[in-house]
Amino acid sequence: MAVNYSVKEEADGHPSGGVGVPGGGAVKTRKPDNTAFKQQRLPAWQPILTAGTVLPAFFIIGLIFIPIGIGIFVTSNNIREYEIDYTGTEPSSPCNKCLNVSWDSTTPCTCTINFTLEHSFESNVFMYYGLSNFYQNHRRYVKSRDDSQLNGDNSSLLNPSKECEPYRINEDKPIAPCGAIANSMFNDTLELYRIDNDTRIPITLIKKGIAWWTDKNVKFRNPTGDGNNLTALFQGTTKPVNWPKPVYMLDSEPDNNGFINEDFIVWMRTAALPTFRKLYRLIERKNNLQPTLQAGKYSLDIAYNYPVHSFDGRKRMILSTISWMGGKNPFLGIAYITVGSICFFLGVVLLIIHHKYGNRNTSADIPN
Amino acid sequence: REPPPGTEAYIPQRFPDNRIVSSKYTFWNFVPKNLFEQFRRIANFYFLIIFLVQLIIDTPTSPVTSGLPLLFVITVTAIKQGYEDWLRHKADNAMNQCPVHFIQHGKLVRKQSRKLRVGDIVMVKEDETFPCDLIFLSSSRGDGTCFVTTASLDGESSHKTYYAVQDTKAFHNEQEIDALHATIECEQPQPDLYKFVGRINVYHERNEPTARPLGSENLLLRGATLKNTEKIFGVAIYTGMETKMALNYQAKSQKRSAVENKALINTVLKYVWQSEPFRDEPWYNQKTEPERKRNLFLRAFTDFLAFMVLFNYIIPVSMYVTVEMQKFLGSYFLTWDEEMFDEDTGEGPLVNTSDLNEELGQIEYVFTDKTGTLTENNMEFVECCIEGHVYVPHVICNGQILHDCTEDLFFRALCLCHTVQVKDDDSVDGLKKNQLSRRSCIYISSSPDEVALVEGIQRYVLGYTYLRLKDNFMEILNRENNIEKFELLEVLSFDSVRRRMSVIVRSSTGDIFLFCKGADSSIFPRVKEGKIDQIRSRVERNAVEGLRTLCVAYKKLTAEEYSNAQKLLQNAKLALQDREKKLAEVYEKIERDFILLGATAVEDRLQEKAADTIEALQKAGIKVWVLTGDKMETAAATCYACKLFRRNTQILELTTKKIEEQSLHDVLFDLSKTVLRHNGSLTRDTFSGLSTDMQDYGLIIDGAALSLIMKPRQDGSSGNYRELFLEICRNCSAVLCCRMAPLQKAQIVKLIKLSKEHPITLAIGDGANDVSMILEAHVGIIGKEGRQAARNSDYAIPKFKHLKKMLLVHGHFYYVRISELVQYFFYKNVCFIFPQFLYQFFCGFSQQTLYDTAYLTLYNISFTSLPILLYGLMEQHVSADTLKREPSLYRDVAKNALLRWRAFIYWTFLGVFDAVVFFFGAYFLFDNTIVTSNGQMFGNWTFGTLVFTVLVFTVTLKLALDTHYWTWINHFMIWGSLVFYIIFSLLWGGIIWPFLNYQRMYYVFMQMLSSGPAWLGIILLITVSLLPDVLKKVLSNYFIPMLCLLQNHTY
Repeated sequence: MAVNYSVKEEADGHPSGGVGVPGGGAVKTRKPDNTAFKQQRLPAWQPILTAGTVLPAFFIIGLIFIPIGIGIFVTSNNIREYEIDYTGTEPSSPCNKCLNVSWDSTTPCTCTINFTLEHSFESNVFMYYGLSNFYQNHRRYVKSRDDSQLNGDNSSLLNPSKECEPYRINEDKPIAPCGAIANSMFNDTLELYRIDNDTRIPITLIKKGIAWWTDKNVKFRNPTGDGNNLTALFQGTTKPVNWPKPVYMLDSEPDNNGFINEDFIVWMRTAALPTFRKLYRLIERKNNLQPTLQAGKYSLDIAYNYPVHSFDGRKRMILSTISWMGGKNPFLGIAYITVGSICFFLGVVLLIIHHKYGNRNTSADIPN
Repeated sequence: REPPPGTEAYIPQRFPDNRIVSSKYTFWNFVPKNLFEQFRRIANFYFLIIFLVQLIIDTPTSPVTSGLPLLFVITVTAIKQGYEDWLRHKADNAMNQCPVHFIQHGKLVRKQSRKLRVGDIVMVKEDETFPCDLIFLSSSRGDGTCFVTTASLDGESSHKTYYAVQDTKAFHNEQEIDALHATIECEQPQPDLYKFVGRINVYHERNEPTARPLGSENLLLRGATLKNTEKIFGVAIYTGMETKMALNYQAKSQKRSAVENKALINTVLKYVWQSEPFRDEPWYNQKTEPERKRNLFLRAFTDFLAFMVLFNYIIPVSMYVTVEMQKFLGSYFLTWDEEMFDEDTGEGPLVNTSDLNEELGQIEYVFTDKTGTLTENNMEFVECCIEGHVYVPHVICNGQILHDCTEDLFFRALCLCHTVQVKDDDSVDGLKKNQLSRRSCIYISSSPDEVALVEGIQRYVLGYTYLRLKDNFMEILNRENNIEKFELLEVLSFDSVRRRMSVIVRSSTGDIFLFCKGADSSIFPRVKEGKIDQIRSRVERNAVEGLRTLCVAYKKLTAEEYSNAQKLLQNAKLALQDREKKLAEVYEKIERDFILLGATAVEDRLQEKAADTIEALQKAGIKVWVLTGDKMETAAATCYACKLFRRNTQILELTTKKIEEQSLHDVLFDLSKTVLRHNGSLTRDTFSGLSTDMQDYGLIIDGAALSLIMKPRQDGSSGNYRELFLEICRNCSAVLCCRMAPLQKAQIVKLIKLSKEHPITLAIGDGANDVSMILEAHVGIIGKEGRQAARNSDYAIPKFKHLKKMLLVHGHFYYVRISELVQYFFYKNVCFIFPQFLYQFFCGFSQQTLYDTAYLTLYNISFTSLPILLYGLMEQHVSADTLKREPSLYRDVAKNALLRWRAFIYWTFLGVFDAVVFFFGAYFLFDNTIVTSNGQMFGNWTFGTLVFTVLVFTVTLKLALDTHYWTWINHFMIWGSLVFYIIFSLLWGGIIWPFLNYQRMYYVFMQMLSSGPAWLGIILLITVSLLPDVLKKVLSNYFIPMLCLLQNHTY
């Protein structure tokens, strides 16, 4: 890019008539200031990366990373996790009959899968549903929502953003909540029973606390208006095409209904990768004497509504305990141990190099 | 003015008014014109296209992401240009409104300068600036001359004499001037300051009109200042934009820097990859109707455009801004440098183009002028040789002078044959006073040689003092303190082709003499008698000692001869076309058959530290060529004195003399054989390690030989000699080109510049004759004296010695800084975009962005831009003192060492590696696992934010690793950027932003920070990404000993 100094030049390059006759005053003003900055002589720290300075760093990183890695690895191994795939693609699977369920089917398809937990789950258990090959991160999908509508903005409620197309208006009525994300909300119902001597003891599944607090309390708001009757507040809108019932009938409890339904909020946070899991329910530990889920037989009742076969998807149910570092993830621990070891190893190699070549280097002549 | 009756074929012409418009824009056309200018630049246009694509088709990023930076760039540039233009407007206005004295109906009227019209008669007083180009009619000085300094036009501060038109110089007051009745014919306006051809026809009441020639000596240029003359009258001839000053405003073409070109080529098409067919719509994610209806080709095309938009960040707009800012601001360090400030002249270095800063670190050839550049151009009279007898000043002072008529003639010749003016004592201001002279007076001339001679004669030869030129009579004070008067009949002025000047004078006795003074080569062939051999040997001896010699000759003219000569001259001077050519022919006829009187020697001292500077430059691997118009012996002596040639340098000569003996062909082949044979043995020697001292060669070539080489041969095998010549030159450590015409200097530079390695060349000179060479070279530098059109040069430095610091220190720094800046920019954008690319494999090739729009937009603008800009300004990998002490460090960066493919591949590799680490690190951290302690899940924006956080930290810390010079500003910028990123992220995610239709970043950053594994992941990924670079740095310390790295230890 052209930087033209012509103006500057005219301004102080040729003081008219003064050239060649150096007047005392002119000299003083044109002489550059002797400041450290202008003379590029600011005091500076000049670190040099040599083996001597880097070596300790390598050893320290090694010494810190390896224990951390081991810690993470052990923690991760102590986490109990159980996963069942209930897609029902295999003919033997109890859910096979529901494989080709479609959105319009009026009769719900239910199936039950029995499983056995080998180990007991001691602390709080988190129940997830998982989907595979489901591109929640597709661009057209990610943007297909209206955050103002979800934030309770009344004008957006009746006039949703264009981004929601083709799930914006149905039968001349604005869809609430609009967009592809909301429209494709996961709607299987999972129920868990412990089988104790052939009796099915239902396990309490808590459906609150699964969404981010900020989402539930700030980002997602029901429309405001007179009274608390959600039916009235959602007047003039229609339900998403694929939904069996409107948004104000998602739950019976008023603080978990409408846009602030936590299942809905969880679904609306689009996943980063095509294989993902989402928090479905919490199973709280009742008392300190008993584990939350004892080892033994369990059965999972599924109201199979969500079709995934058409796009080769899979559905899973996951039970997991959580530590300070989340769920089971051997990667982080292994990565830490590996990097720590590499650093340590490099430290040793550099030490050898330093001893072998270091002396030669300092006495080396500067070739001309 | 009305054409007087009798002028035929007067074509009325529209003359512009006297308004000077140097500004580019007006208030109304600023926006459209400026935008048009800016979008003509390819980079801006490219980003405009990207922006339009984003507006038209549905793309992954909102138009804001590219529109905002583009707007920023355009606005900043527009503001800068607007401000500059405003300053120009102000200057124009000041100039256009300054009052001017006109003559109207015999009265003096004051008007604004812009109301001046062609043909108006203007009065200018002392120290005023001429408001337009004027034909000089008369002056208050009786002899019809005036003195003018053109410092603001061409930088030459010496006073020049201008002459009034003969027929009008008698008009001294307004009424007389107003009665003048004349027409002026002149050529169309042209920018050459030193050329003017015209004719004035003066109509007297009854007589025939008299025609007079007008030359540049009659033309007073706008912008010049009247000196030493009370007032003058002139008639406006070129006004406003037609004045020579305005014509010279034209901007010169931009020189483009090599680094920028390379960066563009390297980065332009990085996205040569195809969009794969993506899975069509699953039920949960249906397309809209219009989308479905689009045909396949159109869809593929829009997909391609969308991908292009997604990946266009590889070449960010901001890189151009940053590079430009770095160059612009960086150049201030040059002008601020105290060591490059010259106390004597009170001037520091000037930067006219900051575009070429880094080229200063890439110079391979330096072409320097000798006189005034290597030497002081401050002449001192040393000796004279009259008829073979040598006189040195103090001997003359002692009066041991043979009284001889030739001697008298010789001194008279020196006193008369010149164009020196005398400045009266009363107006002495700061110029050194001549204390020795009996009458203190100051000589002013455009040629320092002449001053030295006249002063020398006055000071050392008791007697002979040049007093003044009065009414065309030159007065000299002779030995007996009598004033001798000579009528000055003609001046055959000096030019660099003839290399001599003559005067024709009539003595009081009525004898007419022609005195001629000039270079020996131009005098000797014209001499018919005199002690040629003795004088020639003396001249040659003086030349070897590095003195400038001039020969003096004379001839006596008979009245008849004179009248012939005068007629010829008059005719030639009146010619409107080819006047120079005709004049030269006439001079050739007149200046012959001389009688040689003697020779003078003037010493031109070397500039201080010239030798030191040249030595340093040679050590730095820069080839120094001296191009001079001087004769070979003088030039060679200077070269020895300034250590360009050393004692052990073997001198190869390629001169006219040698070519006369052998054919050019043989000479060239002989020389190349010598040079190449030696070179062959040299490589062997270095291999065997036996000999370390290098035999270096110096080549001397003269202008005539050069023109033979450059001349294409008849048999069509042209270029052959050039190649051979270049081959010889490449193997010589120093080359001296003497007897060069200005154009030949440029030719040489061009020859080298276009040779196959395309070396970067630098030309440095101080005078008008160097301008062509300076314009030709990549970098042109102008020395102190006579900054003829200083805007022609790219840099101006006060003294030659400053070149050392300029190249070795500033050039080195600039180059290292800009190369790091360009490559780092490339690196950080590879790091930035490559994860985005990888993400496409996991989002169904849907062009989903990994990062939020705000991050995309601000990454290059604010998160990572300031530290690198500051690095580009402050970095000193080696201290300035070390660079100055060890010129060989310059070789480290020579030949674009830091921007070669190897370096580029390394940076690309590092970028890709880091990007892979970021992306897959985050991928494995997130893939199907829970990373919070409350079991809640993160979404795609958290994923992107994690990658982005690692990215920002890594690239900033990478720069921190590269920084060798940590001032507090660096600390502030680097850590400040990171802190700013964190604060921004907290704020950006901290509230529900009104007026935004999405809130996807709400609390994402905070939630991420609340997760332990995210912290651990960030630390791990940063460590892993930086590891290879740290390792490379440490290992290269041991195994690739770069000189400057070694130097680090010796701090």
